[in-house]
Amino acid sequence: MPKRFVTIWFRYLRTDWFIRRQPGLGTIPFVLASPEHGRMLVTAANAMAQTLGIHIGMAAADARAVIPSLQVLDDKPEQAVKLLTGLAEWCIRYTPSVAIDPPDGLIMDVTGCAHLWGGEDQYITAISKRFQHFGYDTRIAMADTVGCAWAIARFGTVAAVIETGHQLTALLSLPPAALRLEAATIERLEKLGLRTISNFISIPRTALRRRFSQQLLIRLDQALGYIEEGIQPVQPVEPFQERLPCLEPILTAKGIEIALRRLLGALCQLLQQEQKGLRVALFKGYRADGKIEKVEISTIRPSNNILHIFKLFEFKLSSIEPALGIELFILEAPRVEVLSPFQETLWKNNAGLDDTGLSELLDRITGKMGENHIHRYLPDEHYWPERSLKLAVAINEKPATTWKAGRPRPLQLLSKPAPIDVTAPIPDYPPMLFRYKGTLHKIMKADGPERIEAEWWLQQGQHRDYYCVENEAGNRYWLFRLGHYDVAKTYQWFIHGFFA
Amino acid sequence: MDTSKTTIIAQLQKDILPLQGYKTIVNNAVLDVGLGAIKNAFPNNRFPLGVVHELIYTQPETAAATGGFVWGILASLMRSGGITIWISASRTIFPPALACFGIAPDKIIFIDLQKEKDILWAMEEALKCTGLAAVVGEMKELSFTASRRLQLAVEQSKVTGFILRNHPGNINTTACITRWKITSLSSELAGGMPGVGFPRWKVELLKVRNGKPGSWQLEWTGGHFRHIIPTILGVPEQHKKTG
Repeated sequence: MPKRFVTIWFRYLRTDWFIRRQPGLGTIPFVLASPEHGRMLVTAANAMAQTLGIHIGMAAADARAVIPSLQVLDDKPEQAVKLLTGLAEWCIRYTPSVAIDPPDGLIMDVTGCAHLWGGEDQYITAISKRFQHFGYDTRIAMADTVGCAWAIARFGTVAAVIETGHQLTALLSLPPAALRLEAATIERLEKLGLRTISNFISIPRTALRRRFSQQLLIRLDQALGYIEEGIQPVQPVEPFQERLPCLEPILTAKGIEIALRRLLGALCQLLQQEQKGLRVALFKGYRADGKIEKVEISTIRPSNNILHIFKLFEFKLSSIEPALGIELFILEAPRVEVLSPFQETLWKNNAGLDDTGLSELLDRITGKMGENHIHRYLPDEHYWPERSLKLAVAINEKPATTWKAGRPRPLQLLSKPAPIDVTAPIPDYPPMLFRYKGTLHKIMKADGPERIEAEWWLQQGQHRDYYCVENEAGNRYWLFRLGHYDVAKTYQWFIHGFFA
Repeated sequence: MDTSKTTIIAQLQKDILPLQGYKTIVNNAVLDVGLGAIKNAFPNNRFPLGVVHELIYTQPETAAATGGFVWGILASLMRSGGITIWISASRTIFPPALACFGIAPDKIIFIDLQKEKDILWAMEEALKCTGLAAVVGEMKELSFTASRRLQLAVEQSKVTGFILRNHPGNINTTACITRWKITSLSSELAGGMPGVGFPRWKVELLKVRNGKPGSWQLEWTGGHFRHIIPTILGVPEQHKKTG
C-alpha cells in the first residue's frame, strides 16, 4: 500500500494567531517585527498588509511609509514552534502521526486514514474547514511523498490531491523553490533560466550534481518517491494528575492523609487502566495564604501500588505545614513508565532483582534515609583493585563482563592502603615482619608477588607488587610494595586488605 | 507406659521448637548449607534458616574471617538466584572477592547507613521482605528488644538474618537463636607445600537455643566447607620463600 502524506501550510500562521487573540486586528493591516542589526525588520505580515505591498524582510520603517496606519507588534520568534506543536497535537484526531515542519507547516502521515472521512477529497476539505473556522488560512495538499505534498500545498495551482504515482506530472510545472532547496541553489537555477522543474528534470544527474550540489538530487528523489523520507511525529504528553479541592481548609495531619489516600486511589486506578507505573510523584497542597507545600517521592521501578506509594509519602507527610489550612490538593506523576503486568506465580520463587518486594523495600529506604545509601556493584575491566568494580546505575542492570575469580582478592579491602613498616629480605621476596597499628606480625607463609600496574592512561604512578601473607595467628593479609626495590628506598610498603 | 511418656515428651519438644523460633521452612529448597557435622548441634539436626544468627568479632582480621564464614553459608542460600542485602555503617567488603565464594557480587545490595538506629530500622524492614535470600547487618550493639523485633520479623518472612557485631561493648542476652565466634587458623597446603592455603577458621558456637554449643575447625575449599580434624601441632614451620 503506498504511503500518503498531507502537508498543511499556514500562510499567515503567526498573524492569524494574533487575530484569534485580538479579533480587532482582523480588519486592519499589521505586521510583526523583531530587531535585527539595530533596526526593526518585518518577520510576519497579515493578509491585508501583504496585499498592500508589505513583504517579509522589509524594514518596519519602510512598511510604515507604505501604510501610515500600519500596526507594528513585537514578534516572539520561538512562538512558531510552540504554536505548531499545539496544532500538531490537535491534528492527532485526523491521523496518529503528525510532525511539525517549521516555520509554518505540518506534515501528516495519513496512510489508511482518509477513507474514514469518506475519501481523500472529503478528508482534506474537513481539515481545511476546521482550520478556516479557527481563523487560520491554510493550503492543504495530499500526495504519495512529503516533498510532493509540500510543493503542491505551497505552489500548486490545479488539484490539492495528487493521485498515487502522479508526482512527476504534478511537479513538472512548479518552480524549483517547490523542492525545498537552499536559497543559493534556487537563485542559481533562476539565473540560468531554469524556472520550472520541467526545465531541468531531464538534465543528466551528474551534471545537476556538479552544478547544483547533491541536495538538489536528494530533494528531487524525495519528491518523486525514489528515496524514503521519514517524519518525526509529535508525542503528546498525557498528564497524570488528580485534583482534590476542599470545601473547608484542611488543617490536620489526618485530613492530609485522607486527601492523599483519595488522590492516590484515583491516580493508581488511572495508571492501572493504562498499564503504567509512576517513577516520580509530586503531592502539592495549595495553602489558604497562597503558599504551596509539596513533597516528592521517587521509585526505582514503575509502580502503581497504592499501599507502597502511600508508605513512601508517609515518611514525608510530616513536613507539610498546613498553617491556615490547605484548600486544594494536587497529586501529579511527572514521570510515568510502562509497567508490564506481571504474571501471578503459583509458587513463590526467588525473582532475584526483579522482585517487587525488593524494589519496594529499596524505595522505602531511599524515602526515609535519602539518596546515595543503596549501592550495587558491577565488574569493570581493570586489574587495579580500586577500579575493578563500578557502581550499577539501575537496579536491574546486567553485568557487561564476568567477575574474575582467578586471582586471590581480600574479602575486606581498606578504602585507602595504610603504610606499614616492613622487614623484607631481598628484592622481590615477601616480607618477614611487618608492623601495623603498633602490632608486630611475624609472617609464616606468603604467596606472590602479583604485579598490578597503574594504568598510565588513567593514572600516573608506580606499580604495586601484591603479596598474600599469613601471620603466626593464622590471619591473612594483602600487602603490597609500591614501586621497585632499590637501594635509595624510594619504595613503600602498604597493607591493603584482609583475607577471610 | 514408658514409651507413651517418651512419645509425649517428643511431641511436646516438637511443639516447643516453633515457639522458640525454629520454623520449618517448607518451600525453601536450601535445607542444607553445607556445614557438615555442625548441623548436629541444632535441634532437628538441621542448620536453622529463617532465624537471626549473631556473630561477634573484635578485630578487622576476625571481621574478615567472620565474613568469610557468613559468605560461605550465603553461597548456598543464594544458589537459587536470591538477593542478599548487606547493611553496614563503614563497609570494607570488597565485592570482587565474593566471586571466589561462588557468589555473583552484583546480586548483593549494599546499604550504607550512618546511625545504628537506622541500620536496625533498615534491617527490620529488609527482614520483612519475603523475596530475599538473606539479610546481613553490621552493628555494634544489639539490645534485647531490638533482637526480638528482628526475630518477629523473620518469623513472618522466613528470611535468614545475620548480625555481625563488631567489638560489642557488652555481650548481652539477645533473642537470636545462635551466637557464633569465628577466628582465623593458619592454613595448610597439602604435602607441606609453601604458600598460603585455603582459608581456615575455628568456628565456635557459643550459644544455641535448645542445642549443643561446640567448636569446630573448617576450611573453605573449592566452593564448600570441609571439616578439619585438629592434629597435634608439631614444630612451627620455618619461613618459606616464594616468588
